[in-house]
Amino acid sequence: MNMQSKPPRTPAEQAIVDAFTNVVSDLPGDAAVTSARDRLLAGFSAQGLPTRRIEAWHYTDLRALLRVLPDGAFGVPQPVSPLVEGAVVLSVVQGASDMPVAIAGVEIEPFLDHLASGAASSGLVARGTDDVIGALNGAFVTDGFSLDVADGVTVEPIIELQVRQAGGRAHTRFPARFGRKAKATVIERQVGRDDLAGFSTSVSALELEDGAEVTWIIVQQKGAKDQHLGQLTAKLGAGSTLSLFIINTGGKLVREELHVSVSGEGAHFNLRGINLLGGDSHTDLTLKLNHDAPGATSSEIVRNVVLDRARGVFQGQIQVAQIAQKTDARMACNTLLLSDEAEWLAKPELEIFADDVVCAHGATVIDIDKTHLFYLMARGITEKSARGLLVNGFVGELIGDLADEALASALEGLVETWLNAHA
Amino acid sequence: MLEIKNLHAKIAGTDTEIICGLNLSVRAGEVAAIMGPNGSGKSTLSYILAGREDYEVTEGDILYNGVSILELKPSERAAMGIFLAFQYPVEIPGVATMQFLKVAMNEQRKARGEDELKTPDFIKLVKQAASDLKIDPDMLKRPLNVGFSGGEKKRAEILQMKLLSPRLCVLDETDSGLDIDALKIVSDGVNALRSPERAIIVITHYQRLLEHIVPDTVHVLYKGQVIKTGDKSLALDLEANGYADIIEAAA
Repeated sequence: MNMQSKPPRTPAEQAIVDAFTNVVSDLPGDAAVTSARDRLLAGFSAQGLPTRRIEAWHYTDLRALLRVLPDGAFGVPQPVSPLVEGAVVLSVVQGASDMPVAIAGVEIEPFLDHLASGAASSGLVARGTDDVIGALNGAFVTDGFSLDVADGVTVEPIIELQVRQAGGRAHTRFPARFGRKAKATVIERQVGRDDLAGFSTSVSALELEDGAEVTWIIVQQKGAKDQHLGQLTAKLGAGSTLSLFIINTGGKLVREELHVSVSGEGAHFNLRGINLLGGDSHTDLTLKLNHDAPGATSSEIVRNVVLDRARGVFQGQIQVAQIAQKTDARMACNTLLLSDEAEWLAKPELEIFADDVVCAHGATVIDIDKTHLFYLMARGITEKSARGLLVNGFVGELIGDLADEALASALEGLVETWLNAHA
Repeated sequence: MLEIKNLHAKIAGTDTEIICGLNLSVRAGEVAAIMGPNGSGKSTLSYILAGREDYEVTEGDILYNGVSILELKPSERAAMGIFLAFQYPVEIPGVATMQFLKVAMNEQRKARGEDELKTPDFIKLVKQAASDLKIDPDMLKRPLNVGFSGGEKKRAEILQMKLLSPRLCVLDETDSGLDIDALKIVSDGVNALRSPERAIIVITHYQRLLEHIVPDTVHVLYKGQVIKTGDKSLALDLEANGYADIIEAAA
């Protein structure tokens, strides 16, 4: 027999396995959900956390980076006001949903109910052996919300999914279906506390029916000691548009994984990502984009500002299937490195099986432009403010693409707050 | 107001000397034109006045109201009232023009110990100045200088000058890239700023601009030195006869 030598479990791996043994009987779910959880944990238990030898985790060696898990005890979460005035807030605090608020045209249910009824069981699967986020989240998920927007409905208020946590461990899930020609804007906000170390996983699963138009904004404001593993999957129907905006401003160890399938003809996918990194944090944004239908377009721009000894990763993989002729896919990753010890790793990948497509990718790393700095200073702006303006402008360009002005100015506010605190 | 004494300067990190013993005095209330052939050091002089790091002063001094400014940062010089209208205004994506104007005006006020402008007052000032210079208000919503035409950029420079209301204005080839109508608007804008308390240095290749902004003195710059100084008739001479005679006479 060919025995593979397995390294001993790390404290974090052991803590995960132990935690499951301890809490499995208390986790919500019917028999189908429970057996799905068992399968996922068994898979994890056999594999352990991924190392750099696993391709998808090459630049984020989770086994090395996630050595220790915080214990399960929660602190007191801070109250948070909605990012945009007038937004309807659906809160999940320390892994438990508050009562959902009613929104016209949207069916909202606590994910807990889906677990209890067993309806969630089919979704509790890993995407593959390297899907540790899906596996851990599926094994431990306690709550979240499901959203179902009816056909043709334009959801008036912005929906803010406010996921708050103070230390401890929490696992949440947000399946969302947007009916034919439905329109909605959803903010998925992950909030932590700087003084407490927490561990979290969160999975959002989006389904856009034909012609749906969705703006989904992930605002990651985890605390300086938090470890957060996020995943978003999306399936785009014909002629639908998904505008995904991600802003990472916190966390010690963060991975945001995006799996997007453009499976409907003529669909549009847009990704704008802003990663603001400081201290000795590690932030990883990984995109797997599949063009599986003809005539679709996608555009991805990621802008990063890196300070101190922080390290960032962008992996962007675009696969264009043979059927996906006339695809237009463009990807760019631009990084502003503001310290000698800061680091950014960019790995674009194009796999194209169709012959009539336009695909492009590019990555740049720059410092502040001296000519820009001189021009601003020649107008009496101090060097510190001038740098702030330029950094702000560098990422602010992406925010300017948002049509909703209140939303844009809220995001600008986040960038400014971060800059004031870090730069 | 401005006194440049035996100034020598080179491109930082090289031995290329661009300014080689330049002397120049400009009084308050004076409009001084600096003319000279390509490569004589006109733009370099303007950058050195503004404090650009790419040049290193090796000898001599620049006194502004009797105080040496050589050790001052560009922002400090600007706050003291020195303004350079760039030959090539810089495009800065992502920084909105209005935001830039507000930050610049308030930082200067702060450096001088004045209160910040209130937003309505600021907007009123900008609107008035923009309309004087026939600047489309929509232009101010765009990122700074991005997508502006050559003429729009130059007008935006004069707008900034007007709003920051400096004591010493240095206009580096403000006429380049302007059509006749724009030249008139820009010149009117500059003339409106002429005052006994303010000095203006106009750097140009051509007499044409000086028909609109009539100088009190004209200085010819050649190989990093002022080789001749005269009144406005000197500019007419140059227009008619070129630089060759003056260069020969100075040699």
